[in-house]
Amino acid sequence: MANMGAAGKPPGKEAAGLRYPTNMKTIYNRSLNRSKTSELSQASFAYLFSEMVSYAQKRVTGIQDLEKRLNHQGHPIGLKLLDLLLIREPPRSQTRPLTIISLLHFIKINVWQHLFGRQADRLEKSSNPDTPDEYMIVDNEPLVNAYISVPKEMSQLNCAAYVAGIIEGVCDGAAFPARVTAHTVGGKEEGEMWPGKTVFLVKFQGEVLEREALIGKG
Amino acid sequence: MTIFTLIIINKAGGLVYNKAFHDAGLNKISTNDYLVLAGTFHGVHAITTRLNPAKNVPDRATITATPAAPAGILTRPEPPSGLEVLETENFRLQCFNTMTGTKFLLFTDTTQTNVDVTMRRVYEMYSDYVMKNPFYQLEMPIRCDIFDRKLLSHIREINNR
Repeated sequence: MANMGAAGKPPGKEAAGLRYPTNMKTIYNRSLNRSKTSELSQASFAYLFSEMVSYAQKRVTGIQDLEKRLNHQGHPIGLKLLDLLLIREPPRSQTRPLTIISLLHFIKINVWQHLFGRQADRLEKSSNPDTPDEYMIVDNEPLVNAYISVPKEMSQLNCAAYVAGIIEGVCDGAAFPARVTAHTVGGKEEGEMWPGKTVFLVKFQGEVLEREALIGKG
Repeated sequence: MTIFTLIIINKAGGLVYNKAFHDAGLNKISTNDYLVLAGTFHGVHAITTRLNPAKNVPDRATITATPAAPAGILTRPEPPSGLEVLETENFRLQCFNTMTGTKFLLFTDTTQTNVDVTMRRVYEMYSDYVMKNPFYQLEMPIRCDIFDRKLLSHIREINNR
């Protein structure tokens, strides 16, 4: 009986490992704008993210390693998100950001709005003249950390490294290669109101600034 | 009206959380005593679930069709809940036993109202800020900053009412 069942299907379909719905409508057949306004349950995301952190925590050597793993989990999402969000823009403004400022605004407004339903709280340029390549995106209470209390012995860790990975993906996809890290700044003098306040430090690579300077001249 | 203390006991009878919200009212006890209290309560609760006379379960043969349970479908009697409230002249103890066997104990003033609403809220916070925390190990003592913070602000609001 088992043989008969298998013989009815086109050959090779089982071996491919992909399973198609019976009506052959996969998510790739759907319009990209279909889920534009739909929302997800925060609770199910919280459980999923909690498992992602637990998974990343296995076989890591330290906190830096853990943050790197979270960062890597977010990176491909950022790459794809850039394309998706641009294609959803009205056709006139469908160009990818060409300057650092417009890229950061795109992240602060469009990416944040899409991921978290609100804009990021602040955008800053590093005031230190030694590091003109550093920009900061500030989020007073990152959604990914809503239910996470980091134990004292790991106080260096910020699980928003995952979001940093997404930002890094967006920057890399837009041809602005950068390193993005997440830092907790709450709990200090002004941090009392926002104990989970997080700064995403965006450090662009040298060639980006070089190009930016050339564009500025021309 | 005051909420004095919250105690959370895991399903094995171990104390996983205790917090006093009000200094006056009840005697202060040491952490060791809290542990003993949790273990003792766990045992007493187990006994009371057995003492609780089973609800009148209809015999299989005499089951007739009712709107809630059509004929042929056996209804399972509700499991005995055991000790729920303990009241003395000084305080009132309310116990909430979750589906997984975790017990929440709230010690309140005898005049405190809406304790079950508070209990529900505490349970909600527990499921949010403890169970969704990737760094919390099941059945272990609860050390979650956000849970502490949210709990304190919520209870303080009730106590200051």
